Amino acid sequence: MAHRRRRKRKELFAQGNEAVAQGALLAGCSFYAGYPITPSTEIMEIMAQRLPRIEDGVFLQMEDEIASMGAAIGASLTGRKAMTATSGPGFSLKQELIGYACMVEAPLVIVNVMRGGPSTGLPTSPAQGDVQMARWGTHGDHPIIVLSASTVPECLEMTVVAFNMAEKYRTPVILLIDEVTAHTREKITIPHEDELEVLSRMQPAVPPEWFKPYAEAARGVPAMAPIGQGYRCHVTGLTHDQMGYPTSRPDEVNEFMTRLFRKIDNYYHDVVLVDEYCLEDAQYAVVAYGCVARSARHAVDQARERGHKVGLLTLRTLFPFARPAVERLCMQCEHVLVPEMNMGQISREVKRVNNGRSRIRTLNRVDGQIITPSEILKAIL
Amino acid sequence: MKELQKIERFEIRLSGTGGQGLITLGRVLGHSLALGHGYNVTQTQSYGPEARGGSSRADVVISSSAISFPKTENLDLLVALSQPACNAYYRFLKRGGVLLVDSELVQHAPTNQFVGLPFTKLAKDKIGNELTLNTIVLGAVTHLLAFAEPRIVRKSLEETLPPKILALNIKAFNLGLREAKRHLGEAPEIWQTAAENGAEEDMEGFED
Amino acid sequence: MSDVTKLIHEYLRHNKKFPHVFCAGCGHGIVLGSLVRSVHALQLPKDNVVIVAGIGCSGRMAVYVDFNTVHTAHGRALTFATGIKMANPELNVICVMGDGDALSIGGNHLIHAARRNIGVTALVLNNQIYGMTGGQCSPATPQGDMSMTSPYGSLEQPFDTVDLAKAAGANYVARSTSFHANQLDKLMQEAILHPGFSVLEALTPCPTQYGRKNKFRHVVDMYNWLKKNTVKVEKWKEGDSRIPTGVFQNLDRPGLEERYAELRQSLQPQE
Ligand SMILES: Cc1ncc(C[n+]2csc(CCOP(=O)(O)OP(=O)(O)O)c2C)c(N)n1
Ligand code: SF4
Ligand SMILES: [Mg+2]
Repeated sequence: MAHRRRRKRKELFAQGNEAVAQGALLAGCSFYAGYPITPSTEIMEIMAQRLPRIEDGVFLQMEDEIASMGAAIGASLTGRKAMTATSGPGFSLKQELIGYACMVEAPLVIVNVMRGGPSTGLPTSPAQGDVQMARWGTHGDHPIIVLSASTVPECLEMTVVAFNMAEKYRTPVILLIDEVTAHTREKITIPHEDELEVLSRMQPAVPPEWFKPYAEAARGVPAMAPIGQGYRCHVTGLTHDQMGYPTSRPDEVNEFMTRLFRKIDNYYHDVVLVDEYCLEDAQYAVVAYGCVARSARHAVDQARERGHKVGLLTLRTLFPFARPAVERLCMQCEHVLVPEMNMGQISREVKRVNNGRSRIRTLNRVDGQIITPSEILKAIL
Repeated sequence: MKELQKIERFEIRLSGTGGQGLITLGRVLGHSLALGHGYNVTQTQSYGPEARGGSSRADVVISSSAISFPKTENLDLLVALSQPACNAYYRFLKRGGVLLVDSELVQHAPTNQFVGLPFTKLAKDKIGNELTLNTIVLGAVTHLLAFAEPRIVRKSLEETLPPKILALNIKAFNLGLREAKRHLGEAPEIWQTAAENGAEEDMEGFED
Repeated sequence: MSDVTKLIHEYLRHNKKFPHVFCAGCGHGIVLGSLVRSVHALQLPKDNVVIVAGIGCSGRMAVYVDFNTVHTAHGRALTFATGIKMANPELNVICVMGDGDALSIGGNHLIHAARRNIGVTALVLNNQIYGMTGGQCSPATPQGDMSMTSPYGSLEQPFDTVDLAKAAGANYVARSTSFHANQLDKLMQEAILHPGFSVLEALTPCPTQYGRKNKFRHVVDMYNWLKKNTVKVEKWKEGDSRIPTGVFQNLDRPGLEERYAELRQSLQPQE
């Protein structure tokens, strides 16, 4: 019998931004539209290099971030897996159309490499100030998935996850990384195609005359017919009925809105991803995400060396919020520390979930510098 | 042949002015230690305003185990190719760390415990191309790092540099290696001396 | 069946969406009719036609026609259209925008679509007012005219859609009106067929919001105004205060999607 030789995986020494681009291509992204902005620009530059070289790959530099969002949604409606990446100011500009993508249930990945804000802020310094904006930035009540990554390999991994979730749940997915993670170089390993789960949106199973583009199929998620394949659907940002036509009938509006939320809620346990580190016997927990999670891990190791029972919960999914995991911590630990590079955007979620059970402490830094392991250690001890 | 040693956490800063190729140097060194040698490596660098105004910096952290904090905190090796860089970063060098300078460009080292080679002059006189400065430094750094294997670093150069400039850079790398061996002594001794001096030296009073 | 009835059956959506939202006498419906007749005359397969509309009364026409229809956000129709065309260059992508849509909030997208010469047809339904939101001043409102937000007369000079599109580099630029239905049909077909970016401005009356505030007593007065105050560009001379209609730019630079296809071809590894 012939031995199946294990092919060597390709290894790269790459920045977080490059890992995002690699992840997108692995996930089947064939359309990128963007506008340059530090510290996310490398993602765009790599896509500009790569996409014209792959079959059907389209790269567009648009006139601004709004246009980039519009182009990406348009491409998504034709059946493409599309991505756009930006940072703070550009993320602000994208907000209206993020809501549009939620409304028409267009699968799409939006990467925001967080830098210091508000306004032009600190273009080349890290921050985590866009967390609540990612959740609530666009107007109107809506569910959304917000993911994060704390290492370079995770950037690749989470980009693939972002595309898969976008396709599976027909929703825009926001990937929040920070300047530190985006610009750090580390080893990444490119998995083989067969090692990677890549999902694509559900196609209609019925002929055009029977197809209802916004009727629930897979537990709340409708199938999606690409433009140009005979289905001739109507897509609108107005609240619509199952046919996609505008409606203001309260029963239809209610059905639509509740399904929009239900389709994410139904898959809550697939969507919410966390990493637990040394938590089994922990009496003191740290909840962190992004580059701060790396510092926290270092601090946890140092605290453990000194005999303190400290553990770390790293949030890979920021929203929907990891309520069960955090609740468990709050019951188990006397103290929970939430270090973050903002004035307390995830800590407010932790406090909400905690509901008075544990003592929640915050460690905030807004000077454009990463929170160091020693700062976290000092807060713990 | 050098062994693949166990390293707890080793921090390097390569600093100087823009145009000396320090970012490339950091990338090639990181690439080699991560992919060639198999260490865990994180590499970061200066951006934006910091990267303009003439100064340039690349940091490399190396460890046998997973690196949690990706930036440098206490430098084991500081390479300073300009006087301002040397002044600015010397205070991040930990006790027992080694300072390597361009002996022509850094006239006033803030300590007398340092090693130096005239890198820029070597690039000009021996290679005939100032742009190879960073590769000469890479050779010298490879010699200084007991855990870096010249053969593997050379291979990384082949993997990362465009073929057109490869031959020249291999020459520069070998020159750096050779000069370091000749003038700086053997790696273990350099670190030994630094450790001993570090134990005695009073580091306070040095400000930039 | 009369020809019109046939067209209605063939091209309008039957389920649920009528009566339409347009006021009596609104010029937008005439442009919609012209669009349907043009697609029919050109024999474009319905599955291939994509109507990408902005927000405004004009944008509402998308929902009525049995094509692929995307009702986007205010001002952003061209950005969606660019994405759709680049993702699938086989499609006939037609943008429907109001004057506020195309010249104000989406003005940047208009000039950039023209500059990059994307293979999209842009219909600008210029009623010189924000119809949908109740008659506010638009960048096409003539200086001195009344609106809800220029109750003492507008102080600002309006854009000329044709000049703007020409200067920005659109391949094909034309103007007609809701009064000149035959000319509108002809230019509409040319605009749809023309490769690269085409802009067709249709002057269309908004009796409800513009007419009433600007001393047009009857709807018919507005159509008469269009008749009296426009002239074929071939007959128009410098100093003529009437608005020229017809074709103003007719270039044949390749569209962005064509140039992109060439780039992709050139990057293919040679065997
Ligand atoms: C971002 C945003 N700003 C404002 C509006 C409100 N709005 C809806 S339509 C419209 C103007 C419509 O005017 P025009 O584009 O000329 O179209 P018309 O109704 O005249 O056909 C405005 C301001 C909006 N929908 N979105
Ligand atoms: S308000 Fe004006 S533009 Fe809108 S439908 Fe009525 S007449 Fe037409
Ligand atoms: Mg208008």
